This record gives sequence, structure tokens and C-alpha cells, in this order.
Amino acid sequence: MIPSAITNIFSLTVVLFLTALIVFFIGKSYIVGLSQSQGVRPHSLRQYYGIYAAAWTFVPAILVLLMWTALTQPVLTRLSQTLLLEVYPDINGAMLQLRLAQLQNISTGLISAPDDTMQSIADAQANLRSNANDLKFVVSLLVAFAGAIFAIRQISPEQKARIKWEGFLRRTFFVAAVVAILTTIGIVSSLLFESIRFFSQYSMIDFFFGTHWSPLKAFSSSGGQSEIDGVTQGSFGMLPVMAGTLLVAFIAMMVAVPIGLFAAIYMAEFASARTRNIVKPTLEVLAGVPTVVYGFFAALTVGPFIRDLGLFAGLDISAQSALAAGGVMGIMIIPFISSLSDDVITAVPQSLRDGALGLGSTRGEMITKVVLPAAFPGLIGAFLLAISRAIGETMIVVMAAGVSAQLTINPLDSVTTVTVQIVMLLTGDTEFDSLKTLSAFALGITLFVMTLLLNISALSISRRMGGRYE
Amino acid sequence: MSNPIKAMSIEDRLAKISKSLDKRHKQEKQLKIAGITAITLAIGFLVVLMTNIFSNGYTALLQSEVRVNLEIPMDKLLGEDGQIDPQKSQAFNWSGLVKKSFRKGFPAVKGMSDQRMLNDLVSDNAGYELRLAIENDPTLINQTAFWVKTSDDLDMLLKGRINTALPEKLRRIKDNQLEWIKQLEQQEDLRKVFNSTFFTNADSREPESAGILGAVVGSAMALMVTIIIALPLAVMAAIYLEYFAPPGRLTDFIEVNINNLAAVPSIVFGLLGLAIFLGFFNMPRSAPLVGGMVLALMTLPTIIIATRASIRAVPTSIRDAALGVGASRMQAALDHVLPLAAPGILTGTIIGIAQALGETAPLIMIGMVAFIVDVPTSITDPATALPVQIFIWSDSAERAFYERSSLAIMVLLIFLISMNLLAVLLRKRFEKRW
Repeated sequence: MIPSAITNIFSLTVVLFLTALIVFFIGKSYIVGLSQSQGVRPHSLRQYYGIYAAAWTFVPAILVLLMWTALTQPVLTRLSQTLLLEVYPDINGAMLQLRLAQLQNISTGLISAPDDTMQSIADAQANLRSNANDLKFVVSLLVAFAGAIFAIRQISPEQKARIKWEGFLRRTFFVAAVVAILTTIGIVSSLLFESIRFFSQYSMIDFFFGTHWSPLKAFSSSGGQSEIDGVTQGSFGMLPVMAGTLLVAFIAMMVAVPIGLFAAIYMAEFASARTRNIVKPTLEVLAGVPTVVYGFFAALTVGPFIRDLGLFAGLDISAQSALAAGGVMGIMIIPFISSLSDDVITAVPQSLRDGALGLGSTRGEMITKVVLPAAFPGLIGAFLLAISRAIGETMIVVMAAGVSAQLTINPLDSVTTVTVQIVMLLTGDTEFDSLKTLSAFALGITLFVMTLLLNISALSISRRMGGRYE
Repeated sequence: MSNPIKAMSIEDRLAKISKSLDKRHKQEKQLKIAGITAITLAIGFLVVLMTNIFSNGYTALLQSEVRVNLEIPMDKLLGEDGQIDPQKSQAFNWSGLVKKSFRKGFPAVKGMSDQRMLNDLVSDNAGYELRLAIENDPTLINQTAFWVKTSDDLDMLLKGRINTALPEKLRRIKDNQLEWIKQLEQQEDLRKVFNSTFFTNADSREPESAGILGAVVGSAMALMVTIIIALPLAVMAAIYLEYFAPPGRLTDFIEVNINNLAAVPSIVFGLLGLAIFLGFFNMPRSAPLVGGMVLALMTLPTIIIATRASIRAVPTSIRDAALGVGASRMQAALDHVLPLAAPGILTGTIIGIAQALGETAPLIMIGMVAFIVDVPTSITDPATALPVQIFIWSDSAERAFYERSSLAIMVLLIFLISMNLLAVLLRKRFEKRW
């Protein structure tokens, strides 16, 4: 067995890198020798031959290494699953998961094996793991050497090493650009996959149009129950959750739109350059404050403050009122709206302003009658983006809004939102099969689609605006 | 129909105009006032937010301590070689020693419940910390007076965070405890010292032993992973899109994806990490490695957009000149444009990383929200991150955690401000006007 200090991915990467460095110098001096002995000038600069050889040494080996590392655990799990199934032929799904978790804990030394059978399986697994690590080390080094030998044999003065290297780089750059697509695919497929599993157990109509949301309750009185493993699940009607989300977002927009818009108008049309230079960065500070800080402020200062204010006025307001969460979220969105609106307003051509002023309108009339109508589509786009931000915002509502779903439009009530429910359903246990965790993914895809639609319409509206005055 | 204005005399017309002009100017003024009010409100919110956090948090820089006179029973600790035997030390009831010695100062207090209330004034971890101190420095063993941490309730009282005017039932410090505290104060057995524990410990159940080091290290590790993954990917993608991408559907699709990903809620990236990295690849839960990967995917669009902007800011003449003297397209991009765009790329990266540092929701999704008392030593260890630590503490019932999470916020804000300042300075230092 090779010590794990050498087979771990970092030292192995260093080893491969050093090998590639040596191969670089070999390749470089090799082409110098070749061209001198043949009396031919090589096609490319000599370091390109070194780079060419080094790339063949390093890249395939590191790819093998990464893939091996990523796949070790899933393959091992699959193997120990078959082992377990051999030992316990009539084990059911949940027990199998439990045994697997047990194995995991035995291997990390968290617990000792409960019986000999488990011990032997754990030993077999540990054995497999160490063999796999040894093999990983040997295989990646072999791949590196094979690459080096292949590349050096290819080297000749006629060979177009630079062209090949640059072609390789271009393809790599392309792959890097495609990561953005892959991320989107990853998001959509993971959300979709789990949601489909949810909807195979729970009616889609009940989910989207049900008015009762109580995922954690073992028993719920109204509609939408299904039995899994003999446990009665809660009901998943998302309307109250969606209503809460929209209520909080609405309150946030009520705070942010007037303040953000008027601030932007003032800065774009009235403020001196000096005021602008002070105010703009200050507002950007507001944008740079992490959302967890706003959540802290909302939950521990604003919420109790509003509750006390309510007590004073004889109202019974929850400390987790939608008003507190929405209001603070509005503060968070102010800089977002003001900077986007500022951009849109300054993008209105100067000729329109000059025309309005030339006709004798005051600056105020110029703004309200000419600039703002011209900027209108862009402003709407900015507001849509802000709504999308408000709907997707998580920390403020997790900390300051409630957890129980109520179908209400009273801002003094405690409501819950889509993001709060996702966090609540997925923290703690993560048995992936329960309806409870799957429902979080169904909420997730709803959230994703909503924000995507808002973003796309915002973009298309502002694009339409962009072409208007060219 | 004739125009009514034309029918008026000049004086009447001017009077009418000047009257309406007043109104029009008033409207303009209202718009201006609305703007100023809006800006004042926004800045006012910022000031309130910062003052609130500072006034709640600065007291966490101090920790109350109480003097306890105690004699360390050497015979129970020393091994045969005259040194402290770690095994004996571990077996010894340090906590009991501290509490018993502390109670000796109050001979009048009898009865189980009163004694327990007396014990409640001293930190539950006082014994453990005394043990560590003595194992660290055995010369302390002859000392008879030790300053140990007070419990969080007494700490809060001394910092004026407990309202003694409230009825006793609603207070965490009771009336008889107040009497004892008065006695301690008269004997000058209480003091406040700098709370170094806050910066050298990881999380703890006891507020007085809880610190942010574990979270800071966790955040640093996650951000390292983020930089290592996101920066090269972003630079490569940006160069491809600026110089090599053929115009067409695929390129358009990539651009649309990048722009949309920049606006996807962060929690959705957390769901991606949970389903794919944890669910499919079985990566370790709560690990900075996974956290960093999720944050990398999240900040990637931001850095790509910033990189493209700074590449575009390099004048085309540079590239044209390189191509003109025979450089290949790749050489022109990598050897001539990229170095000139580097400061801008760096600035964009720092801003992206600052965003990632403040991000909480996706890390909660992949389980970095666990209670972890050890400082992580590798990127696969379970860890938490600074903003998540703030979230965990603000959820706790103890008043002392409230104070500590405010201080943690101040630390986080200091990190963010210094990163942004660094970005501004870099921009100023390397900014070139072409």
C-alpha cells in the first residue's frame, strides 16, 4: 500500500506538474538537438515543443486523476450496496440506506462496527478504497508517462507544435465557456429530476392550487394526503406560500421603488458631480452589505420594534411580520433600483432634454413629461429585475419571516415564503426520498422558473428600449 | 373659436403666465425635495443599520471575569516524574474545583438550589479552560487566585444588557444573585478583559467560549476553492467569447446563459450543489470544498462579465499591432491583451469574491450550517462559514450570542470593506487612460 500522503490529490497534482516540467525541458532540448542534427529550422519556436510535450504529460493524467477521484465514492457505494444485498438479501430501501450510512461512519472511525458482518463489509470497503487509491496513483503516473513518450516521439522540426497547442487552448477555452451552459443544465436537470419524483407521488394540481401547506405535520385535516412507508405525510398546497412570497416582495417594492426612483432622478438630473460622487458610493455600500446582516437587522431589531409599536397602538403584531421582512428587503433593494434607474435615465439622449428645455419647459416638466416617459420601458425592466431579486432573496426572510403558511394579505401577519420553506425542508435530515425533501425541489423549480421569466421579460423590455432612440 | 389667451391684454397674459410659472417651479421643487428625501432616507437606513450593529456588538470585545481563590491539589495531578500527568489531569474534576472554590466565598449560601444559582454565575467551561491554562503553563500551579470567565448571564448583566428594573420572573439574573454580585463587586472580584477567545476559538454551546476562528478559516478555505475554480474558467471563457467565438446560435446561447445565471437566486445554486455534488457525487457534507464549488458556479458569471469588460477596455490597436508583426491570434490575446487587462480582471475577481464571502443561503443548503467546535484543517473537513456563523448565533436564545453575532457582522463587514478598498486601490493604481 502506498501512503496516502502521496496518493492524495494535491501531492499527486504536484508530482504530475513536476513531471510535466521535466518533460517540458526534455522536449525543448530535444527539438534543438533534432533541428541541429538535421540542419532544419523547426516550424515553431522551440518552447512550443516543450509545451506540447508537457501538455500531453499533464493534461490526460490530471483528467484521469480528477475523474477517478470524483467517481471513487459513487462506485464504492454501489459496490458496498451489492455486498450488503448479498449478505442481507431481503433488506428494504430505507434499511439499505441506513446500513450504508453506518458503513460510512465506521470507515471514518465515528462508530465501531455493531457486528462481525458489518465489520467484514467495512473491512472489504476499506480494502477496496485503499486499492483504488493505489491504483489511481499508478494509473495516473502511467498515463503521464505514456503521454510524454507519445508526444516526444511526435516531435520533429516539421511538426506544427504551436498550431497544435493553440488549437488545444482554443478548445479548452470553448469548454470553459460551455460551463455556463452546463451549470444551467445542471440546475434545470437536478430541479426537474427531483420534482418529477415529487409529482409522481403528489398531484400537480394539489401542489399548485392547494391552499393548505403543512409539510411537517404528521397528520393534516384538509385534503392532499398520501401514504409512504405507513407514515401520513403533510399536505403540500403551495398557494399560501406563494401568497406570502408575493406579499413580502410587494412590501419590499413599495419601499424600494419610490426611494430608489426619486434618488435616481435626483442624481441623474439635479445633483452636482460632487454630490453624485459622494452619494453613489454610499448607496453602493448599502448594496454590498451581505443579506445575512439585513436578516439579522430585520429579525432582531425591526421585527421586535414593529411588534412593540403595535402593542403601543393596541395591535397584536407578530415579531415575524411580513412588514418587517419586506421593509428591510426593500432597503436592500433600494441601491439596486436606484443604480439601474440611474443608468436608464442617463441613457435617454441629451437631445430630448435639450428639445424640452428649448420649448420652454422647466427641468421638472422635462423630467416628468419627457425623460421619464422615454425611460419608462427601461424602468419597468429594472423593477422586474428587482422583483425577481425580492422573490429569490433568502436570508432576510429565513431570519425575519415566519414558517407557518397563511393565506393572507395583511402585512402585519406572519407569512412564509418559497425560499424559507426550501431552507426549512432541506436543513436537518437529508433522506432524499421523503416527500418533504422532494417538495423543496418542486418549490425550487417554481422559484427558478418565476425568476427566469422575470429576468427574460426584463431583458427583452430594456432591449426594446435600447433601440428606440438610436 | 378664438384663442382665449390671444384675446387678453399683454399685462393679463404676463400675469397668467407668471402665476402658472410659480406653480410649475413649485412642482420642480417638489420633485427635487422628493429626491433629496429619498437619498436622505436611504443613507439614514444605512446609518441606522450600522449604528445598530455597532452598538450591539462592540461590547462583545470585552469578556467579564471573576476572581476565584483556589488551591490546586498537586497530589491529584502530578505524575511520578513531578510533572503534570495528562491522564490524571483529564480525570480530575476541574469544574467541580472551580465551583466549589467559588462557593467558598459565600459561606452563607446553603441549600441545593441556591448553590446551583451561585454556580450559574461562573462559566460552565471555566474548569476546562483552567485545565488548559495549567497544562500549558505548569508554573501557574502554585498560584492561588485565578481569573475565570463569568457565565454569559452575569456577563450580560455587567455590560448593562439585562434590565434589573424588570420583575424578577422575567429576568435571567434573580434577586439573590444580584446580592452576591454586589458582594463580588465590593471585593473587586470582577473585571472585564479583552475577549481574545472570540478570535481564537471555533463555535461553542457556551457563548463565553464561542469564537469565529473556525468560521473564518472555513470561509477562507471555501473562497480559495472558489478562486481556484472560478478565475481560470472565467478568464478562459471571456477570452473565448471575445476573440474566438464564431458568431452564431451557440455563442448567443452561451451569452444568454451567462446573463441569466447572474440573476438566478443564490439558493438555487445551493439546490444544485445539494442534488449534484452531495447527492450524485457523494461529496462530503458541510465541507468547504463543496461550498467553494457552489460559490464558484455562482460567481462565475460575475467574473466573466467583469473580465470581458476589462478585455474590451484594452484598445484594439494593441491587438492589431501584435497581429501586424506576425503574432498568432492566441499569442496576441494571451501575451499582449491579457496582461494589460489583468488589473481589471483582478478588480472584478475581488468584487466577485467579496460577494461570495457574504453569501449564506447556498452554504446552508449544502450543510455548512452544522454546529462545529473544531477549526477545520482541510477542505473536506466539516466547517462553517462566517456569514453562516452569524446566522447560527442570531438564531440562539442567549442574549450573549446576539452580541457576538453583531461583532461577527462587524468582522465580516471589515473584511468586505477592505476587499472593496483593495479593488478600488488596484483600479486607481493600474488604471490606464488610453
